[in-house]
Amino acid sequence: MAALTEAPPPLAPAPEAKPPRRRGRWTPYWLLLPGILWLLVFFAMPMIYQASTSVQTGSLEEGYKVTWHFATYWDALSDYYPQFLRSVLYAGAATILCLILGYPLAYLIAFRAGRWRNLIMILVIAPFFTSFLIRTLAWKTILADSGPVVGALNTLHVLDVTSWLGWTSGDRVLATPLAVVCGLTYNFLPFMILPLYSSLERIDGRLHEAAGDLYAKPVTTFRKVTFPLSMPGVVSGTLLTFIPASGDYVNADLLGSTDTRMVGNVIQSQFLRILDYPTAAALSFILMAAILIMVTFYIRRSGTEDLV
Amino acid sequence: MDTRQSRIFGTSVNWLRRHFVVIAGLVTLGYLLLPNVVVTVFSFNNPKGRFNYQWQEFSTDAWKDPCGVADMCGSLSVSLQIAFWATLGATVLGTMIAFALVRYRFRARGAVNSLIFLPMAMPEVVMAASLLTLFLNLGAQLGFWTILIAHIMFCLSFVVTAVKARVMSMDPRLEQAAQDLYAGPFQTFIRVTLPIAAPGIAAGALLAFALSFDDFIITNFNAGSTVTFPMFVWGSAQRGTPVQINVIGTAMFLVAVLLVLASMVVSNRRNRHKA
Amino acid sequence: MTNDSSGDVRLSGISKTYGSFTAVHPLDLTVPQGSFFALLGASGCGKTTTLRMIAGLEEPTSGTVHLGDQEVTQLPPYKRPVNTVFQSYALFPHLDIFENVAFGLRRRGIRSVKKQVEDMLDLVQLGEQARKRPHQLSGGQQQRVAVARALINTPKVLLLDEPLGALDLKLRRQMQLELKRIQTEVGITFIHVTHDQEEAMTMADTVAVMNAGRVEQLGSPTDLYENPRTTFVANFLGTSNLIEAEVDNKTGGEVVVRAAGGKLVLPETRCSAPTTTGGKVLVGVRPEKITLTHADDAGEIPTARNRITGTIAATSFIGVSTQYVIDSPVCPEFEVYAQNIDRDARLVPGAGVVLHWSPAHTFGLDAAQAIDAGVEEEAAL
Repeated sequence: MAALTEAPPPLAPAPEAKPPRRRGRWTPYWLLLPGILWLLVFFAMPMIYQASTSVQTGSLEEGYKVTWHFATYWDALSDYYPQFLRSVLYAGAATILCLILGYPLAYLIAFRAGRWRNLIMILVIAPFFTSFLIRTLAWKTILADSGPVVGALNTLHVLDVTSWLGWTSGDRVLATPLAVVCGLTYNFLPFMILPLYSSLERIDGRLHEAAGDLYAKPVTTFRKVTFPLSMPGVVSGTLLTFIPASGDYVNADLLGSTDTRMVGNVIQSQFLRILDYPTAAALSFILMAAILIMVTFYIRRSGTEDLV
Repeated sequence: MDTRQSRIFGTSVNWLRRHFVVIAGLVTLGYLLLPNVVVTVFSFNNPKGRFNYQWQEFSTDAWKDPCGVADMCGSLSVSLQIAFWATLGATVLGTMIAFALVRYRFRARGAVNSLIFLPMAMPEVVMAASLLTLFLNLGAQLGFWTILIAHIMFCLSFVVTAVKARVMSMDPRLEQAAQDLYAGPFQTFIRVTLPIAAPGIAAGALLAFALSFDDFIITNFNAGSTVTFPMFVWGSAQRGTPVQINVIGTAMFLVAVLLVLASMVVSNRRNRHKA
Repeated sequence: MTNDSSGDVRLSGISKTYGSFTAVHPLDLTVPQGSFFALLGASGCGKTTTLRMIAGLEEPTSGTVHLGDQEVTQLPPYKRPVNTVFQSYALFPHLDIFENVAFGLRRRGIRSVKKQVEDMLDLVQLGEQARKRPHQLSGGQQQRVAVARALINTPKVLLLDEPLGALDLKLRRQMQLELKRIQTEVGITFIHVTHDQEEAMTMADTVAVMNAGRVEQLGSPTDLYENPRTTFVANFLGTSNLIEAEVDNKTGGEVVVRAAGGKLVLPETRCSAPTTTGGKVLVGVRPEKITLTHADDAGEIPTARNRITGTIAATSFIGVSTQYVIDSPVCPEFEVYAQNIDRDARLVPGAGVVLHWSPAHTFGLDAAQAIDAGVEEEAAL
């Protein structure tokens, strides 16, 4: 039969006779090494180079030297603050529009689409496969001066209102802030819809029934149950929309005019056309810092720190 | 308004209220798809002048000769090559990182997590500009290789996120079961871990391909004289937009939708067959 | 039981600590070839950790594991002649049933597996399902696949980690008998980890009751039930009424104790506590050993029996039996199960009663332990 005795406990916390084998102790480091090295060299190190470039002076011909010339930052800010402001405004407007437009669609896919769910999902993702530049150019056709959209807005006198607000000018939509915001909204809408959908999808449908059972009207159910539970999606959706939109220069260039230039346009032209590297680096650094501060603040405020 | 009218009005308000979400959602879907419709329609246009922004007349010329524009198909092939290698590189490196993050304990986990999160929280133009600064400082020759390096860099984080989600939801007991059934570490990885993680890896790879193929801003900064397809489109927006651009855009949209539908039909049929 | 000892499992001084937490205290245990052995305990008692150390999925902090004469402590799981039926089965979702069962054979380089796999699937009555995926099977079927997948390798020892935990009650009963049948048929050593005392007692020849990383008691199911040696075992396995008492004297192999003025007698052999006069003991008796007599008929009770008076606090009719809760000076909530043969209509809440039972059914425990150890765990089932 089976025999059992309790072994005497070791007299002292004696050092173990042999150290426990650790299988694959170095494995994680080998797995991480190539990818992390890649990110360090091609993502982190460029940031340092950029920071250093922003405080250099010199010229293309004679080369640049680090002179701790922080005035570049001041000059860049005072010369280009309108573009910075515009970036924040346009990106903010586009983010809010994306939330307003994207939420119903995400809700529709998550709760109301039934057997159409997969099809709608495909239709949301499929446009990605047409180059976004081609699709952005299509807005030139849609918003063309002689097109039906502008015609309708004109007839309804909507353009009078938007002109008065400064969003459009005269009877044009193209080359105005409205066109740029419209393009930004369009371009980043899927980045809002997908995270919203994935957090809505996790909500147990029975919660709606429970709320209804506990005397909540549909609107109250949404306000008190559905929306709070979808907060992680709202937070990551707004970040995924706002961040790329604030650095974008494609929409401002293709759909806007010189009066709608955003900070991205400035960085691009300083870097690629004017070749004023310190100013460009300083602008880019300011943009990065601004985004990081805003993101950190926003994530802290909304209490969702586990976005990764 | 008499009572009958007000009743009809009442029911239609009710109907609208009940279907508000559906209507609003479909409006958004329309907004998302409208440009694709325009792109498709205008691939059959025969524009006067250099720009294809106004409808003139129906023509299938562009479809018959998609490569009829100088350099366009060349740029398409450059983009496809870069997307292929960038996907491969980012998927391999990203999968390794994802496994390390989920399956092992190691020092500096927080730092690694931040390093992976930051590229996704950075406007493209910032990464583009700083990478160019690095290449200029190192005196690197801008072109195919610098584009590839950049693409692997920004696709990596997305692959890690996609694979990590899948590996995290994987029951570690499955691997233990494999070990218990005489599979060594390598066999366990090949026979169990990899097949089960495959959907996540595939999703990551697909995402990387789409991101790389469609990237413009980072590429534009670091391409030198190499021209990718998005850069060709950008250039044509200044010089004149050939109809063939719309042909390529429409074809890729259709191919993507057809591929997805086909894979859904196949998996449906397989499930039904097995059940 | 055969004399072949190649399937013996011998644990010597085996322990496991995680940081400052000791999951398993140093423990010696021998499971002989061909036995059905159960490790029983509440969650977190160290039973699964012990099992995983035998499987090689967990490295012991100290001690050794032997299978027969071979030491396997340092062997990785894929080199041990041991297979496991995992909790919630861990069937490979990407492989069909046939390939799941064939997995172990293929990894050992066996080419023609068809016959063996088919035989094994027939043994667990799943021959028809070979080409389905795990998610297309019911819980009970998945469980049988998990058993087949492990058994086909004819391991020296089969480890079962809560194998029936995910099944509903009826199916669990059925699978208990099924597993017992398979074990008798193949004659392999089974080590079965469970938190379900009924499951352990139905299936195993030997049960080890574990608590807080130690084995509290080990023995046959009847032995454990009739002769619990700790309050944990007394409370975790079924229900016990425990009475705080003081030793009065010892005569002729019997111990006489005093509890709240009354006297109770128990055999010295059934007392695991020291029996010096004046010492404290806990006297226990199982609820079904007790007879309930209305106070008016107290005179009819034979004198040799242990007796306690009290009043009925609550009754509940179960069908085959009636359960009574009795308030008595020695024990506030005394439980009594009475078979419903002839029901005495006077036994209603408030009625004065005498509880009496044979001294032979009485056991004594060390009073230094917590009187309610194992109560909550049992109730949590």
